[in-house]
Parts: sequence; structure tokens; C-alpha cells
Amino acid sequence: MSRIGVFVCHCGENIARTVDTAAVAQECGKLPGVIHSVDYKYMCSDPGQLMVKQAIAEHKLTGVVVAACSPHMHEKTFRRATAGAGLNPFLCEMANVREHCSWIHESRTAATEKAIDATRMIVEKVKRNAPLSPIHIPVTRRALVIGGGIAGIQAALDIADGGREVVLVEKEPSIGGHMSQLSETFPTLDCSQCILTPRMVEAFQHPRIKLYTYSEVESVDGYIGNFKVTIRKKARSVDEANCNGCGACQAVCPNKKIPSEFDAGLGKRSAIYVPFPQAVPNIPVIDRERCSYFRAKAKGSTKVVCGKCAEACGKGAVHFDQQDTLVTEDVGAIVVATGYRLYDIGKDQDSELLKGYGEYGYGTVPDVIDGMQFERLASASGPTAGKILRPSDGKEPTSVVFLQCIGSRDPSKGIEYCSKICCMYVAKHTMLYKHKVHHGQATVFYMDIRAAGKGYDEFTRRAIEEDGARYVRGRVSRLYRDGEVIKILGFDTLSGEPIEMDADMVVLATAMRPQAGMAELAQKLSVSYDKHGFINEAHPKLRPVETNTAGVFVAGACQSPRDIPDSVAMASATASKILGLLSNEQLEREPTVARVDESTCSACFHCERVCAYGAVEHKDIRDRSGNLVRVVASVNKGVCQGCGTCLATCPSKSLELDGFTDAQIHAAIMAF
Amino acid sequence: MSHNENTQGLLSELRQQTGQNAARCYQCGKCSAGCPMAQEMSLRPHDIMRAIASGHEQRLFEGDSIWLCLTCETCTARCPNECDPARVIDFLREKALAKNPKKAPRPIRAFHKAFIRQIRTHGRVYEMGLIADYKLSGGALFQDVSAAPGMMARGKLALMPSTIDGIADVRRIVDACLAKSHGDHGEEA
Repeated sequence: MSRIGVFVCHCGENIARTVDTAAVAQECGKLPGVIHSVDYKYMCSDPGQLMVKQAIAEHKLTGVVVAACSPHMHEKTFRRATAGAGLNPFLCEMANVREHCSWIHESRTAATEKAIDATRMIVEKVKRNAPLSPIHIPVTRRALVIGGGIAGIQAALDIADGGREVVLVEKEPSIGGHMSQLSETFPTLDCSQCILTPRMVEAFQHPRIKLYTYSEVESVDGYIGNFKVTIRKKARSVDEANCNGCGACQAVCPNKKIPSEFDAGLGKRSAIYVPFPQAVPNIPVIDRERCSYFRAKAKGSTKVVCGKCAEACGKGAVHFDQQDTLVTEDVGAIVVATGYRLYDIGKDQDSELLKGYGEYGYGTVPDVIDGMQFERLASASGPTAGKILRPSDGKEPTSVVFLQCIGSRDPSKGIEYCSKICCMYVAKHTMLYKHKVHHGQATVFYMDIRAAGKGYDEFTRRAIEEDGARYVRGRVSRLYRDGEVIKILGFDTLSGEPIEMDADMVVLATAMRPQAGMAELAQKLSVSYDKHGFINEAHPKLRPVETNTAGVFVAGACQSPRDIPDSVAMASATASKILGLLSNEQLEREPTVARVDESTCSACFHCERVCAYGAVEHKDIRDRSGNLVRVVASVNKGVCQGCGTCLATCPSKSLELDGFTDAQIHAAIMAF
Repeated sequence: MSHNENTQGLLSELRQQTGQNAARCYQCGKCSAGCPMAQEMSLRPHDIMRAIASGHEQRLFEGDSIWLCLTCETCTARCPNECDPARVIDFLREKALAKNPKKAPRPIRAFHKAFIRQIRTHGRVYEMGLIADYKLSGGALFQDVSAAPGMMARGKLALMPSTIDGIADVRRIVDACLAKSHGDHGEEA
């Protein structure tokens, strides 16, 4: 005979406001097999858990039902309490009377009745629960980091310094990410390269970091502790082992007028190139779409065109026939640190959500540039060697207008969020401009100045008070070219006056978006992402660096717009989570997995075909002398995710899901 | 270190002459919230700060706003970002007078003159004398007359003037200032 205890939680007022918790406890107390039923204000609190433990001991309970919030929230809590009292934790279950009941209903009577129904169903289920024990799976004690920007580098270094091997994958020819393009960084105005490049070199030389540049994650199989990752090493056309980075190939390349991605299109590069002189590794790559040799080959020419780089290379490192290669790495944990890109506000958009702007003339009006282009103009390593010169005629602009919130906070154009970093970098831009063009005037059109952070508000105030940036509150409605200047039509909402002014150059603080291809990557990793493509964290407050897939973590601006300090902090947080995970030789997993009844299995393997995780294996049944009697299906407990698809498809009903057996579910339904 | 070399305009002139930086004002509006004259002003203290920072010089000198300020300095006392709007307004009045001595509205000029004369004569304000002087020179003879009985009853209007002990010193100060003012504005106080 079952001895079930029912514990009804008020959740402060969350449940008790709508559900008569005392009535639920009283009604459930009358159910057959329930010998103890109480309600309490905070069941998850220490005294609440103590009530559960004491009741188990006092009433010799054989099952525990907690009618409270979602099991996602506190199932672990109550199962731990149950185990603490000596009862198998899987004999404890939760009835969700908050998300499924009090939060979504208004009528107290109806909600109370529903809460009683829900609790009664779980009581019937728990009567049929069997004790289960956790599954132990081995852990591959190394990690994969996807993305070699500052977040990825920080995560990789922290994990490697913590004693675990790291595989760092970067799709560009060099690590460094966007931070390597920046001139100086807020709020201290220290040089971005000076603080970043040593870390890049450290990551490159670290004995426990295996670096794959110009590579992308092709596929991911497996599960926490046991991922198998296939990485596509794109053909560099240059042998990494032989190249000594002398640069002779770039010097002879005849195609020198290709817009440089690193200089945001403001500078030029050759077809065989290193993105920037401080690149790590300092090994060039051939841009096959632009290289004369490959273009001729693609057109079907049999003649060898150009090939000067190969001739110039003293090491014979240029290999035109190099192919993409696939390598496989086993890892126990994965960090997604793929970073961001800027909203290209032109008319053509890659997403239906985004509309683009015609009114700000980006791409059509000369000298309207975006924030990253301004960074390159201000950078000592940039195309103008740090001189602020407007791109159209190379003149020094005496009036620069900065427009904030371009794309951001503009639901009509598809992005409703605040990109968070623009207020700060625009303030920085006005200062950099002023520091270089003393007689120049910077004007900023803003909606709000969001400068929360250590030293941040002081920084924006300094731009306004000391460096003379004129801040005008209001969005610009439109701008257009008028001879030499750009006419700006705006409104100063603080003085209530329309503004018409001339600028020599306009800088748009465009919104931050996740990198292209995030949806595909997220699908490979089975992690969820929002409509913009930002990776979703497991819990917005309490699990900010984990994703909803165990073993996959997130760091930096691929989760939401983030500045450097935030990205670095997040990367270190991720690293500490991973070091914690990899400190185990074995992992415990929930034993709610499928089990095959070998006596009835007819080996049709429908289950194998429908399993999304590849958890079903073939098992040979042999007699004592080793002769094969028959083959049956068998579930790899380490791989099974307990989704139940195989159960539904099994014609002979030979599969059961532990914790959710047909008998349990049937009893629960019949109790309704 | 400031890299600002823009020395043109009211903003930098204000800074050079008074040390006040109108760009410090972040437009919270606390000054105007506490200003007893804000309801009468077309440009309230925070509007004045904004107009200077954004170079709208014309607006500042158009209306009566800067002359309506009582220099009670509530704005300055309340400012969270250490601005001194009262000092800024004072600067604007000096600047307006330098441009055009007759710039201040007549009754306001009349009141200031009557006030100074009272100080010079008695070393403090003799209300009856101030009222008489102001009304004669300002022209509005019967304005606020109905307030007199109540003020009298509460002892706010003394019948006879009283003169302070150090009146000679006060006169010397006032005369010195007036002489300087003559030099600056060519105007008789």
C-alpha cells in the first residue's frame, strides 16, 4: 500500500493568490494512499524542505508529491530533499499548479479545482513510480571554443590555464575578431591592439590550445561530456607548416585593389593576404574568388594564369591544389563565442524582419560611414594611419555628425533592442575625433545616453563637458548630399527646435546583430536562439552562460549585444563552468531513458530510424556457446535523451521510458 | 585634458569669464523645478543652460527671462551636477547690458535702481522709500496697493527708515561700483 505525502506550496502569493492552497491540501489528504497533506508559504525554502524530510521519516512515506511550480524550476530541489531523507529521489514528483494553473487563471474556484485535479494525477503517477538510479557517463576532458574573438580567446585561455585542452576554431584567417579592428577602447582609451595582440599570441602558443583558423564547425554529434565535432579546415592554399610569414607572396600579387574586410572596405588588400600585419597566425590565405589563378581555372582555362605568389615563395608553401579537409575532435564541452556583426542598413537585407534605411544614405551618400569604418579611420593601423580623413576626397572633416540608434530601438526596421555599446563608442569617437582634429566640431544625435558601467557615465560626460561634443537629443529624419557637405535634418527635442545643419562626414552607430549563419550553427548544436539569431541562455538571471543543451555554453556578443569587459567577464564565467564540468571523470545523468524489453523485441528497428539522437544500437543475443540466437534493439543510456519517440513507434510495445511508463501515464490520465 | 580649441561662441566666453561650463548641464530640470520665477519665464533656467550649450545666442537675449531672475540661487543650490545657473544668468545680464544699456525692461531697471539708492541712503532697504521711489520711476503707481494693509499689519512696512552704523563704508562701496559701471556701460545707475 502506498504512503504518499502531498506538499502544497503558496509560492508567496504566486499560487495562493488564485488557488486556495489549504483546500487543495485538504482535498488531496482524502485521496486513497495519501496519508499526509499540508500547505506552506515557501515549500522550496529551508523550512519547507525540512517539512518534506520530516514527513518522509515520520510517516514512512513511499512517495512525495509537491504541488508547486514547474519541475524545471524546483524538481531538483525537492528530489534532493527526498534523497536527503533516505527515499529514492525518483519517487518525488511535482504537480505544476503555478505556470499551468495560478498564473494563467483568474477564477479562484476553477483554479483551485484544476490544482486539485493536477495534484491527484501526479499522486496516481507517483504510486506507480519505481526507484531509479542515475546513469554514469564518461567525460572527455577537453573543450571546443567556436569563435576566436576576445570572448573565445579569453574562454580558451582560462580553460587551458585551468589544465584542460582546448580546441579553438575561427572561421577567419586570423583570430582577434572585431576587437583587433578597434582603435582605442572605452572608457580608458587604451589601444585595442596593445591589449589584445598579446592575448592572441598567448592563445596561439599555449601548449594546451589547438588552434584551427580559417575553419568552421561542420557538424556536432554526441552529448555532454562526449561530443564528436567535425571541423572543416578551409583550403588556405598555403601550407601552414612551411610558410614563415615573410610576405613575399603578397608583395608580388598583382590583384592589390580588393577592398579589405579588416579595414571595413576603406583600405585595400591583395588576393593572397594576411588580414592585418599583427594577424595570428601570420600565414596568408588565397581569396579564391578574387585570385586570377583560380578565376581562370574556374572559367575552364587550362593555361596557368599568374601563379606569381608560388614563384615568389622561397619555401614552396603556396599550394594551389590544396583542398578543404575535415578533422574530428572529441570534446566534453562546447563554447559558442561567435560574436556579432553590424547591421548593414542598406536596402537589401538578409532577413525578412529587417527593412533597412533609405533616409540615412549609407552606401549611396559618400562620407556616410558606420562605426567600424570610423574605428579604422581612427586606428593607427588603419588605411589613413590614424588620420581622420573623409573617404570621398581625403579632406579633414571639420564637422562630423554621429547618429545613434541606427537600427537599434527601431521596431519598424526590425530591431527593437538596444545595442548597448553605441552610446559609449560614439562618445569615444567624438573624443578620438577631437583629439586629432582640435578645431573640429562633433555633434551627436541621440535618444538617450545609456552609459551604465564603471567609469562609463563619467566618460560620456567628459566627451560633452571637456571635449566639447554637442549632444542633441532627437533622431535625424533624413540626410542628403548638397555639394561638398551633407545636409542633416533633425530636431532638438530639448529646446523644441528643428535643426538643419551641414556636416563633412556622418558616422552611423548601426545596430549589433549576431553573426551570419547563427541559425545553422545553433541547429547543429541543438541550442535555442531568438528571432534575431542571438543564442538563448538557459536562464536569464541564474544560468546566463549555459544554453538549454547540456554541455553547450555561450560567451560574448552572440548571446546579446555586449562590450569588451562584459564579453571577457562572460567568457571567464563560461570557462569556470566548463572547468567545473571537466573536473569530473564521470557525469551523472537522469535515468529517464528508454529501456528495451528484449524478450518481445522483434528487431524491426523502427526505433532506430526515428531516434533523433542515434541512441538505438543493435545487440546480439547469444547462447552459452556463443552462437548468435537473435538480434534485438538496445538503447545507449548515455545518448538517449528520453524523448519517447521510439516508444510511440514500437509495434510490439517493447520499449518503456523509465519514469514515464505506460502504467504511470495511464494511471495519471485515469485520475483526471 | 581638454582638446577643445573652439574658443568662439558664448559657451567658451562664459567659461573663460566665469569658469562656468554650460555643457555640464544634463537637462534634468531640477533648477527650473525649484525656480520661483519659472512660470513667468519663457526660457527657464535649464532652457537657458541648453541654449548656451547649443549656441542659440539670439533666443537668450530676446525675451525678459534673464531679467526676471531674482538671483535667489535656488537653482544653483539644487543643481546635481555643480552648475551655477544663477551665475550664468548674471553673466548673460552683464553681457546684455554691455551690448545695450537700455536692454533691461523699464520696470526691472527702475526697481534695481531704486534698490541701490535705498542701500546707498540707509545701508539697508527702507521698504516705504523703495516702494515710493520704484513707483515714481517705474510708473505703475497703483500696482499691488491692495497688499499694503496686510503687510503693514504684519509689521513688514516700517513707517520710519533706519540707517545702519557703517553707512559711510557702504556708500563708498556703492559709489565705487557705480563709477566702474559708468566706465563699463556709460549708464547712470
